[in-house]
Amino acid sequence: MELLHVNIPNWSDLATHWRPEVMLVGTFLLALLGDLVVRGRRPAVPFTVALVGLTMAGICAVRKLGVEGGTVMGDLVVVDGLAAFFRILFIFTGLATVLFAWTSEEIMGKKRENKGEFFALTVLLTLAACVMAEARDLLMLFLSMEAVGIVSYVMAGYMRGSLRSTEASLKYVIFGAVSSAIMLYGLSLLYGMTGSMQFEGIRAGLQTGDVNAFGLLVAVVLVMAGMSYKIAAVPFHYWAPDVYEGAPTPVSALFSVGPKAAGFALMIRFFYTTLAAGPDANASAGLIAQINWPLLMAVISAATMTYGNLVALRQANVKRMLAYSSIAHVGYLLMGFVLLTDAGLQAILFYLLVYTFMNLGAFFFVVAVNNHLKSEHLDDWVGLGFRMPWAASLMIIFLGSLTGIPPFAGFAAKLYLFTAVMDRQWFWLVIVAGLNSVISLYYYFKVAKAMFLMSPPEGADMSPLKLHWLQYTVLGVLAIPTLALGLFFGRFKGLADRAIEMMTTGL
Amino acid sequence: MGEHILSWMTFFPVIGAAVIAFIPSERKEVIKTVAAAAAAVPLILAVKLFMEFDRATTSFQFVEHYTWIKSFNIEYFMGIDGLSVPMVLLTALLSFLCVIASWNIAKAEKGYFALFLILEAGMMGVFCALDFFLFYVFWEVMLLPMYFLIGIWGGPRREYAAIKFFLYTLAGSVLMLLAMIAFYLNTTDPVTGGHTFNMLHMFDQANHNSWLQLTNIRHLLWLGLFIGFAIKVPIFPFHTWLPDAHVEAPTAVSVILAGVLLKMGTYGILRISYPMLPDAAVWFAPALAILGAINILYGAYCAMAQTDMKKLVAYSSVSHMGYVLLGMAAFTEAGINGAVLQMFNHGTITAMMFLCVGVIYDRAHHREINGFGGLGLQMPIYTSVFSFALFAALGLPGLSGFVGEAMIFMGVFPVYRTVAIVSALGLIIGAAYVLWMLQRVFLGPKNDKYDDLPDISTRELVTLVPIGILVLLFGVYPMPVLNLMKASLNNLIKVVAG
Repeated sequence: MELLHVNIPNWSDLATHWRPEVMLVGTFLLALLGDLVVRGRRPAVPFTVALVGLTMAGICAVRKLGVEGGTVMGDLVVVDGLAAFFRILFIFTGLATVLFAWTSEEIMGKKRENKGEFFALTVLLTLAACVMAEARDLLMLFLSMEAVGIVSYVMAGYMRGSLRSTEASLKYVIFGAVSSAIMLYGLSLLYGMTGSMQFEGIRAGLQTGDVNAFGLLVAVVLVMAGMSYKIAAVPFHYWAPDVYEGAPTPVSALFSVGPKAAGFALMIRFFYTTLAAGPDANASAGLIAQINWPLLMAVISAATMTYGNLVALRQANVKRMLAYSSIAHVGYLLMGFVLLTDAGLQAILFYLLVYTFMNLGAFFFVVAVNNHLKSEHLDDWVGLGFRMPWAASLMIIFLGSLTGIPPFAGFAAKLYLFTAVMDRQWFWLVIVAGLNSVISLYYYFKVAKAMFLMSPPEGADMSPLKLHWLQYTVLGVLAIPTLALGLFFGRFKGLADRAIEMMTTGL
Repeated sequence: MGEHILSWMTFFPVIGAAVIAFIPSERKEVIKTVAAAAAAVPLILAVKLFMEFDRATTSFQFVEHYTWIKSFNIEYFMGIDGLSVPMVLLTALLSFLCVIASWNIAKAEKGYFALFLILEAGMMGVFCALDFFLFYVFWEVMLLPMYFLIGIWGGPRREYAAIKFFLYTLAGSVLMLLAMIAFYLNTTDPVTGGHTFNMLHMFDQANHNSWLQLTNIRHLLWLGLFIGFAIKVPIFPFHTWLPDAHVEAPTAVSVILAGVLLKMGTYGILRISYPMLPDAAVWFAPALAILGAINILYGAYCAMAQTDMKKLVAYSSVSHMGYVLLGMAAFTEAGINGAVLQMFNHGTITAMMFLCVGVIYDRAHHREINGFGGLGLQMPIYTSVFSFALFAALGLPGLSGFVGEAMIFMGVFPVYRTVAIVSALGLIIGAAYVLWMLQRVFLGPKNDKYDDLPDISTRELVTLVPIGILVLLFGVYPMPVLNLMKASLNNLIKVVAG
């Protein structure tokens, strides 16, 4: 039994491959300790610790990019191209969130207690997400997912006094527990069928051909259910709008990117390793023949994007609208999964990269507005474009990119996804996705309409609003790639391509 | 600027927009001057282009060809031929005049002129791009500025009109995008053997793989591209965004919409659909001719029913673009040359009409045809200018509108006799709605309400007179434009129809 075959952790592996993660652990502990020392009265201490720690981990992760990876902790996790790519993405997300939360009234408002915890928790979530992208073993898969989940529950309920926030947290916990249980059942089936906890062992077991097709289908569907919950894909999305709306906005921003991208990283590794036929990735020829994986994914993808977009149409609360929009984007992303081809997975990675910039930008803009207006409702946003012209213009860039129109990065990302799917002749899916983009235009530009087009009512306050300099900086830093990656995406797409290549050739 | 003349024409306005973004919004005169200068440079370069353009060759000129995104084989490939040159000239001319015509915009000038210049860049790029991806990017770049230009500075129903325009166009472009990806995946670059976005490679049927040679696929792709372009033209039944957008948009934006944007639809069909899918083009030609006839008659009848001047002019555009379609469908020398000439002429004539409507709207603050009367006495110069534009629109011989339409009918008659005869009715209805409006607004008893309306101002004349001169000149002697395009267009017919 491989379960019992656990190597003694090799400490030098930790130092070479896992340096960013070790740094994150240290940062988390230091931030907690620092907060304890100042008794929660000076949030600047944990903030600074988190900032410095994340920056250092980020630099370290960037320098590890493209370096030959390896396994850590006795083969439980692997640091390869895929993990290195996602690690940077998560650390960047964590860093941006920490910076923006510092200026957010919801997090740092005068009445709030234990502000420092927020920064420690963000670091912890980042760490757990990194591990999710590295897991190559069922045990680690489940552990890392639960780690991300538990930190998320705490962060969703961060505003203890707020009913909305508490409700969000509770919903998150209940949905999370149920879906974890479902997934665990699926994992146990897989283990039972193949006798291995390792992804590659599972594949070897499946490849013997001695597997009941129906049993495999049940197992895959159950595992997929758990992961669908994590990425908020239909029909396991119900928690997302409520949690995103209820949680403090910087937390929603983090949720809409971090755990979601981690879910995708895990899905890529798990399903590609266990189900795809081999490194050449013409998957439809291999094991996958036993179950109709492409059709399953295509239906989930189409349903998710259509549902997200149609419901988002009717939202007047920007935060809730962005929650549904992020469901829709999961639908687009799942298109890349339909065939488990290299091109599709590379498109997913590039899309996630772009999505991180544009979605964080859109959410952070809501944070900035919230500080002044205390409202996420579109009716209160009328005329905002003339009160904060620069920030609102940046928001237009994020919205345009989310819609997927050139010259913004969202277009380039969609182009790759569409091309990957069309290459395998899944025309109906591409047409559905194209029409969905048109639908999404309507609600994204409802925000533009409120900010710029509508005339404010008589006597409305039209005084200019100034943002914190940090907010301008972060929004600007997010807007630059959102614009530039739409026109010059070659290099960054190359990054995503190599990440997938390194994973597939490493198999 | 000699080397990269097309790039300068396209991107100089963007530089202007960037400069404007950093001028304080109180310095209104500075902003306007910068905008005018930024729009003047492409115009000057356009004159240079007109001088240096080689009329004899059918190949692309002023070519700029660079690798842009290597991993996807996207190129920065610009170049113009006889089909694009008239459009490039038209864009440069109208953009500059529209900046002048926008001088009295009195709301957020900074945003207005910055967006306007980005819009110009997008239009210019569409007419110069020879890489399908590049073409698509320029095509879409225009949407955002147009949305805001209609939506912020437009009339009472601007919000509705702006999003309607945006949604319609995006729906069309998504279809175009899918067709583009299909072409990309199934065209081989003869040099590298990879996929390509290079339009010239896509024109060459030998580079299409076997999938792309299936008749059904080709017809589907044609339809996808066609709907994308048809929404822009707009071709019945995709035209319903047009009256809304034209009516709500501020004057200068209406001019750009009718003068340049509509041409992009027919330009796209001629530039992309025809040479890439010539067999499908021939197969669909009768349908195109019939749609053209529907556009002519339906647009004309709708125009007749309007009581709002601007709406009347908007529907007259639908009708006039129908002639272009009709000429394109014939695949005869006269037909296709007439069509492109009509594209150019309609751009100038309709620009005059919209500018004239803008003049009266600025003074009377309404455009009700029945609300005026006897304006000829009150505003004699204005009346003569507007009448000149209206006569050009109805196709009076001696003015440019006549030449294009006459050529189109000469080209179409031998091929689609019935359609041509039915469409010719459009000329009569066209004369009817134009003259009827002329009569109601300018003739008859004077309306005392407008006793103190000042006549047309010098600035307004500056925008109108240059176009008027062109309308007259090309009405008497259209050869300067025809010579530009003849070689390329005749070659296009040879390629498509054999």
